[in-house]
Amino acid sequence: MLADKDRIFTNLYGFQPWNLKSAQARGDWDKTKDLMKRGQDAIIEEIKASGLRGRGGAGFPTGLKWSFMPKEPRADRPSFLVINADESEPGSCKDREIIRHDPHKLIEGALIAGFAMRARAAYIYIRGEFIREAETLFAAVQEAYDAGLLGKNAAKSGYDFDVFVHRGAGAYICGEETAMIESLEGKKGQPRLKPPFPAGAGLYGCPTTVNNVESIAVVPTILRRGASWFSSFGRENNKGTKLFQISGHVNTPCVVEEEMSIPFRELIDKHCGGIRGGWDNLLAVIPGGSSVPLVPAAEIMDCPMDFDGLKAVGSGLGTAAAIVMDKSTDVVQAISRISYFYKHESCGQCTPCREGTGWMWRVMERLRTGDADIGEIDTLYDVTKQVEGHTICALGDAAAWPIQGLIKHFRPEIERRIRDNGGVLEAAE
Amino acid sequence: MADAPQIPDEAEVRARWGAFAWTAENAEKAKAVIARYPAGRQRSAVMPLLDLAQRQVGAETQTQGWLPVPVIEYVAAELDMPFIRAYEVATFYTMYNLVPVGRYHVQVCGTTPCLLRGSDDVMAACKNRGMVKGKTTPDGLFTLTEVECMGTCTNAPMVQINDDNYEDLDFDSMSRILDDLAAGKQPKTGTQNANRHTSEPEGGPTTLKEMVSSNHDYRKEW
Repeated sequence: MLADKDRIFTNLYGFQPWNLKSAQARGDWDKTKDLMKRGQDAIIEEIKASGLRGRGGAGFPTGLKWSFMPKEPRADRPSFLVINADESEPGSCKDREIIRHDPHKLIEGALIAGFAMRARAAYIYIRGEFIREAETLFAAVQEAYDAGLLGKNAAKSGYDFDVFVHRGAGAYICGEETAMIESLEGKKGQPRLKPPFPAGAGLYGCPTTVNNVESIAVVPTILRRGASWFSSFGRENNKGTKLFQISGHVNTPCVVEEEMSIPFRELIDKHCGGIRGGWDNLLAVIPGGSSVPLVPAAEIMDCPMDFDGLKAVGSGLGTAAAIVMDKSTDVVQAISRISYFYKHESCGQCTPCREGTGWMWRVMERLRTGDADIGEIDTLYDVTKQVEGHTICALGDAAAWPIQGLIKHFRPEIERRIRDNGGVLEAAE
Repeated sequence: MADAPQIPDEAEVRARWGAFAWTAENAEKAKAVIARYPAGRQRSAVMPLLDLAQRQVGAETQTQGWLPVPVIEYVAAELDMPFIRAYEVATFYTMYNLVPVGRYHVQVCGTTPCLLRGSDDVMAACKNRGMVKGKTTPDGLFTLTEVECMGTCTNAPMVQINDDNYEDLDFDSMSRILDDLAAGKQPKTGTQNANRHTSEPEGGPTTLKEMVSSNHDYRKEW
């Protein structure tokens, strides 16, 4: 188990105040100027060496992403850092804890990351429903300005940097980086075609990097303790510490910072009081937030919780939000509810997603009650394959994968319902 | 969009809201909001300003507010943008109410993590009080909406009422919260589980125990 001294988010549970004074007593904003003095390229190299991969779900190497930004931004085309705090993936609730209990880690990280990528300012896009959290963030940013840590000559580093907070208004799709940029520009949050990638033309047509809250908030600590410290945790290619969020049928659901690659069983037994009703009662787990396929009990129990470990069992780490389901779960309903979520959140731009998410949900609802033909399972599977990969952004994929996972692992259960309901056995043969 | 709410009668709404303008306090706030974005990019402020306008309408009507068309026109004019662009934004994002809501907007999360932990019981507690999904109670007190994941999954099931979250709910605690609100009392926000502080495991954290009682500095142990 990770030692407390190696945890980055020490005030994760908010037992202590979030304010600047308390944060400084915990080590935030400590000689930030000296960290920045190392130089932009040295900071990017250190982050690359640490093996930090983006914490928002895709797992793209953070240092590498920063290195795509122009080395000498033009005066009329400044660079921007956009911090993605639009945490809306069902199962995920880590950025909220960072923002409301340790906001200064994020703000200090924004300054350092923004400096490293030569950005003029950072916009923190926080989801609209995080109302109290946004209030804390606004106040924390103001504290940083008042203390001279942001603005002109930020933290006495000689670098001018602003941090602005932008509240969303309830749209899951704005967590997609180009939709977030559209939304920041005051439009509907509909993803843009790529290329051009944001590093070339993003916010206001200027070079932009979009990073998750957790990716940015861990940066100051990595620089303070060194890349080798961070990369001493986790397996090769899956380095560092990570906030895991465990919800659903465990005895004590929680958010907890742990080493990457921790086996699922150890994570649950140490922090979540085990599975409700014991390990024999485990049915399946959605290991990375709603958009990754579920993994049946036997395969997940001893699986290392990291990018490669979960990929090997046909799923993904996503945001490390594990939704645990025990044997009392109506698994078809659980996935159908996720289908409804994607139907609700589709932005309506691409036809396969706009029409497909609603269609898939309606079929899922019939499969839930068994009011279907056996052959429709294959039809549904085919349709998910037609939605997947045929949309501008990954929401179509995210809507397709949970259903594919369900059919792959729980087909006998779906067929049983249809048979019990008097459905006909055809087409499947 | 088939289940999108119907905008109330235009002439009536225009008579009531046609003269909408910022209060002095909100005019200051609006100025500060616009200043967050680069010059010439004031359109970026449309989301915060629509929210501000909705809150002002709410304050004037003793509800959670909504966005009548004349109010959206006002915001669009403030930002020098076409009405339709502002209207698009107002209809795209779910937090803008296009029809009036009650004094308390009860938003029950029903997505899978909450579903697994008993959001049906929370919904039942609302229905038990005569609330109907998508409707406002006749006394104008409660509007019930089922919303998608609110990002509080380790404290499921949860509800957001106005600006506050109530977490770790069950039928009884939800009923009590609604009773308190109806009686004009402010219930305790956050987790309703007496053995939890925020998102740590029930019964006390398994990590970072020093932090419970003091602002521990772990750097000494590095």
